[in-house]
Amino acid sequence: MQPIISISNLSKTYASGHRALKDVSLDIKAGEILALLGPNGAGKTTLISIICGIVNPTSGSVRVSGYDIISDYRKTRSMIGLVPQELTLGAFETVWNTLCFSRGLFGKKPDSAYLEQLLKDLSLWEKKDSELMALSGGMKRRVLIGKALSHQPSVLFLDEPTAGVDVNLRKDMWKIVRHLRETGVTIILTTHYIEEAEEIADRVAVINNGELLLVDNKDTLMHKLGKRQLVIELEKPVTAIPAALSAWKLDLSTDGYFLSYTYDPLKAQTGIAELLQALSKAKLLLRDVNTSQSSLEEIFINLVNTK
Amino acid sequence: MNIQAIRVIYKYEMLRAWETILQSFISPVISTALYFVVFGAAIGSRIQTVDGVPYGVFIVPGLMMLALLTQSIANASFGIFFPKFTGTIYEVMSAPISFIEILLGYVGAAATKSFIIGLIILATAGFFVPLEIAHPLWMLSFLILTCISFSLFGFIIGLWADNFEKLQVIPMLVITPLVFLGGSFYTIDMLSPVWQTVTLFNPVVYLISGFRWSFFEVSDVSVELSMFMVLVFLAGCLITVWWMFKSGYRLKQ
Repeated sequence: MQPIISISNLSKTYASGHRALKDVSLDIKAGEILALLGPNGAGKTTLISIICGIVNPTSGSVRVSGYDIISDYRKTRSMIGLVPQELTLGAFETVWNTLCFSRGLFGKKPDSAYLEQLLKDLSLWEKKDSELMALSGGMKRRVLIGKALSHQPSVLFLDEPTAGVDVNLRKDMWKIVRHLRETGVTIILTTHYIEEAEEIADRVAVINNGELLLVDNKDTLMHKLGKRQLVIELEKPVTAIPAALSAWKLDLSTDGYFLSYTYDPLKAQTGIAELLQALSKAKLLLRDVNTSQSSLEEIFINLVNTK
Repeated sequence: MNIQAIRVIYKYEMLRAWETILQSFISPVISTALYFVVFGAAIGSRIQTVDGVPYGVFIVPGLMMLALLTQSIANASFGIFFPKFTGTIYEVMSAPISFIEILLGYVGAAATKSFIIGLIILATAGFFVPLEIAHPLWMLSFLILTCISFSLFGFIIGLWADNFEKLQVIPMLVITPLVFLGGSFYTIDMLSPVWQTVTLFNPVVYLISGFRWSFFEVSDVSVELSMFMVLVFLAGCLITVWWMFKSGYRLKQ
């Protein structure tokens, strides 16, 4: 299947000499939610801005549905909606007017029925006649999403959509994003919240210092790179790990009650059975045993720090 | 062509003027009326005629030009500067819209506002002095071309400015002196020969002279030269805006 967005050898060097993107290539599938993860200054916003036409690329190319973003900019931009990172909105316009403006800007004729439904979906219908400056931060964020969707794009870029919003609103946003995906919209979101990518993304791309470190299915990524941890709670505390257990490289908690064993779940022999036998031989009584999967955040930090 | 985009930009710019009607339309009319009172009535009563035209009537084209130039620049520069300042320009830059369409929206709206102001000032002048326009078509041509070319110039300033001070500096320190020294209130033959020569380097002289000729058939330079200079200025502004969009100057990194 042809990707909806195809990025080939894209580089960007700003006038200051800063290389924001270095030879990035990436295919984005239609209908997926791709989370673009990276620390501040990694190049996420530059990448989005180039695809949307706000920043000029230094070299490389981007195609949207087969059309080049420079020579066929009218076609590609018509397909794209962008929700910027900052709450960039006018002050005195009403919610309704600003959505009508955005729709017209993208060449679409007025469609009150569609905009009404959109505002209802975003829980903004009651605020349609409110001036933008009178809205809360969360509502402004919704208005920005509404503006980006006002021309019915097939691709939506969300640049840090939940930055600075409270937990409830963040969960509402995730609901909106999932609903959009159900309607066939391809979603690319940049985020600092790994939890967000873990929660809603189908695939994850990690970018750092302008380089794309990896792109993979989220579950595969977590399965491939994730570690599992076995935490053993002892009936009585120990002051040191018995020598007989040294082969497992256990960690002992400061209170002496917990032993942690990190293992690779993909290996044929995890060593858990042997460890439990060794514990028994060492006359250590177990109170509880627990396992946990390392989070995407740990994977991400590990990747960024090692490359 | 993205007609819808031109329509919404134009509509929202005009709406902005309507919502700030005092600042947009009433304020220039009051300023012009004050000029009539001071120059036309108070000082004009001591100057009988200039080139056979009563002084109060003589200053009408100059006053109109003064308002047109300052309003065209102010409207157009603010129209594009404000979205840059607030960051909402991202939407225009990411929309399927060409620079010509952006110009038609923003500059078209700014020129329309100036044109309306010009007509209101003309009507206001009619209350103070008896007015006759010798060449209405020439007058309209100068009026429209001035509105368009100086709105374009204002648009360039709005693109160039990256703070409010820069937005004001050219209108205040360049345009206003040029208009006052461009024969708004006098003919250049009232000046000494040296200053007459210097004045001819002021492009506003040609505008006011041509515009005044269309009213009274009185001018400092030939009307053809005036029209030529307006068209040259218009072409210069268009080329500059085209280059700014093509290179992404102050718009794209």
